[in-house]
Amino acid sequence: MADNHFDAIVVGSGISGGWAAKELTEKGLTVLLLERGRNIEHIKDYVNATKAPWQFPHRGSKTQEMIRNYPVLNRDYPLNETNLDFWTNEKESPFTEVKRFDWFRGYHVGGRSLMWGRQSYRWSDFDFEANGKEGIGVDWPVRYKEIAPWYDHVEKFAGVSGSLEGLVQLPDGQFMPPMAMNIVEKDLAARLKDHYKNGRHMIIGRTANITEPLPGRTNCQYRDKCWLGCPFGAYFSTQSSTLPAAMATGKLTLRPWSIVTQVLYDKDKKRATGVEILDAETNQTYQYKSKIVFLNASTINSAWLLMNSATDVWPDGLGSSSGELGHNLMDHHLDAGAYGRVEGYEDKYVYGRRANGIYIPRFRNLFGDKRDYVRGFGYQGGAGREGWDREIAELSIGSELRSALSEPGAWTMGVGGFGETLPYHDNKVTLDKTRKDKWGLNIPAIDAVIRDNELKMRKDMQGDAIEMMTAIGLKDVAGFDNNPVLGRGIHEMGTCRMGKDPKTSVLNKWNQVWDAPNVFVTDGSFMTSTNCVNPSLSYMAFTARAANHAVDELKKMNI
Amino acid sequence: MQRREALQMVAVLMGGTVIGADAFLSGCKTPPRKEGLFYDTDVALMDEIGETILPAGPGVPGAKEAGIGNFMKVIVTDCYTPEDQDVFTKGLQALRDKKFMDLSPDQRHDWLVQLDKEARDPKYNDKNQHHFKMLKQLTIWGYFTSEAGATKALRYIETPGHYDGDVPYKKGDKAWAT
Repeated sequence: MADNHFDAIVVGSGISGGWAAKELTEKGLTVLLLERGRNIEHIKDYVNATKAPWQFPHRGSKTQEMIRNYPVLNRDYPLNETNLDFWTNEKESPFTEVKRFDWFRGYHVGGRSLMWGRQSYRWSDFDFEANGKEGIGVDWPVRYKEIAPWYDHVEKFAGVSGSLEGLVQLPDGQFMPPMAMNIVEKDLAARLKDHYKNGRHMIIGRTANITEPLPGRTNCQYRDKCWLGCPFGAYFSTQSSTLPAAMATGKLTLRPWSIVTQVLYDKDKKRATGVEILDAETNQTYQYKSKIVFLNASTINSAWLLMNSATDVWPDGLGSSSGELGHNLMDHHLDAGAYGRVEGYEDKYVYGRRANGIYIPRFRNLFGDKRDYVRGFGYQGGAGREGWDREIAELSIGSELRSALSEPGAWTMGVGGFGETLPYHDNKVTLDKTRKDKWGLNIPAIDAVIRDNELKMRKDMQGDAIEMMTAIGLKDVAGFDNNPVLGRGIHEMGTCRMGKDPKTSVLNKWNQVWDAPNVFVTDGSFMTSTNCVNPSLSYMAFTARAANHAVDELKKMNI
Repeated sequence: MQRREALQMVAVLMGGTVIGADAFLSGCKTPPRKEGLFYDTDVALMDEIGETILPAGPGVPGAKEAGIGNFMKVIVTDCYTPEDQDVFTKGLQALRDKKFMDLSPDQRHDWLVQLDKEARDPKYNDKNQHHFKMLKQLTIWGYFTSEAGATKALRYIETPGHYDGDVPYKKGDKAWAT
């Protein structure tokens, strides 16, 4: 085999790309895994992971220079001193905001699997059926029973901890033992259950932090420094989990600094033949050939890559025949909720830093509830005691202030909603033909906003939170509703949606591009709707399913 | 007798400020040198301001031991906007001009209590900052995130190893640093 020929090429090494590489190599295929950014080696390159807070010159906060260099990242918490190298250089890789879109990216091996929030929830049939029932977007071509075995498969390998709850809207999975709620969360959860007569639930977050060891990985040590990279490999990332498995097969070639500029397409055979890349360091162009191509470049970049490909056949790019490529861009909308003070429990405290919180699964527009909007939201949050950064109005300065701040303060509890965003054809990513990046490539332009349904939902996201926090006994309850802007959920989805009909969708039910069935898109772009739960677990499940289907189809000589 | 104590005595004897005290303090050598936003004597000044806000106690370090002067210099220089830098350095100038360093701990305390009251006036907010609010915030932040503050005033364990959401607490037990 020539050294530029592989059975499969995977574009992107984040959560879904890592899974594609693992599944395909384990089925015996030779795989080239392409990553546009630098390599980050597990443990060795987590340069800040074992630093104490005082070892950061600015104690983790952002400098004016960082603000100048990262104007988009600066809009929210990601701009910080401790893992700055994990975020995309905005000067090198600009994008056009037709409307404000807070796009927070990670261009390196592992992608955002290194910095992700790790919350991992299954979808239910309420979610897979919603589009079809309500006539919104297109119907999902998949139902829960088809994807459930793949959820099992990825949960077992990735390691997800959580509690079995028997909730129809949030199916249980193959969980490791759950992390513990603290004493206050436990009591508040019981009060919530009582108050709403078992209609609302507060459960411990289901998280891809392992609570039992896995091969090559140590269980969570409760350091709460996940996003610096975990030296224990205690949370799922490409580096800790899928990459070592793929490497162990001896079938994987990883090539960092490889910006894939187009999928090569044979118009007679109607198949992709490989990809062309630009070496990000040398600016040299290379071609690699393969039988199948997996796109896992992230929602906006996979659409961008398809738009850049096969334009002699389709002016708007490979996979554009339906007119939906790049459209229906979605995210979760968030930053609305409530918080308050919990009375009592002055004789209670916690040990350890739990990188996880509580979860209140969706209850709106389910089980007979009907609102003036469709779909729903879930809450994430938690309870804890205030620390030294609290205000003590009655103390000025001196020893008394020092002593008071050296002790924990009152218990507080807060929740914030994650809301479903509907697919709107007009929310889209396109190629900006007027602007280029430092490699001479046209950059993506993003044009997406939240609309009426989301705005109505946000009223409940705040209002229900205030109502619930008050009902379970919190004092000084205050609501909030900030930044109704897409992107900041960091859950971009939908630009290559799957469907039943090539006229209205980009992918079929197996994540294959209708116009080129040996091209599979399995990052967030395949999502036909967003549901309200964190999406990465679903990307994993659909990727594993698509990879196994691809191997079957190759064997049958169908692709 | 230390030079500063000598100066204080002179000041008390003369019932006020000593003209030419800067020269006396620096031993008639060179005047303070300014580099960037700060004079080379400012780290010591900010150390003492910080120590007045969060002083050492029995078995507990104060802000000075936490290197608060240097911390303030780094944060104000690198992280503050030009507008905030202006408010901060002007405020510091006033403390420098009125010889904060020459005062006794009690006098320093009383002065900063006064500034703390002033800074709480509702006319001050994010857009109209009072320099003392900055000094106080920087001191608290820098102190409790320093090695001295996090490990001696608070408790810090790099690798807790497990989580327990229900442990007893009694008044006086230190809070976790993070």
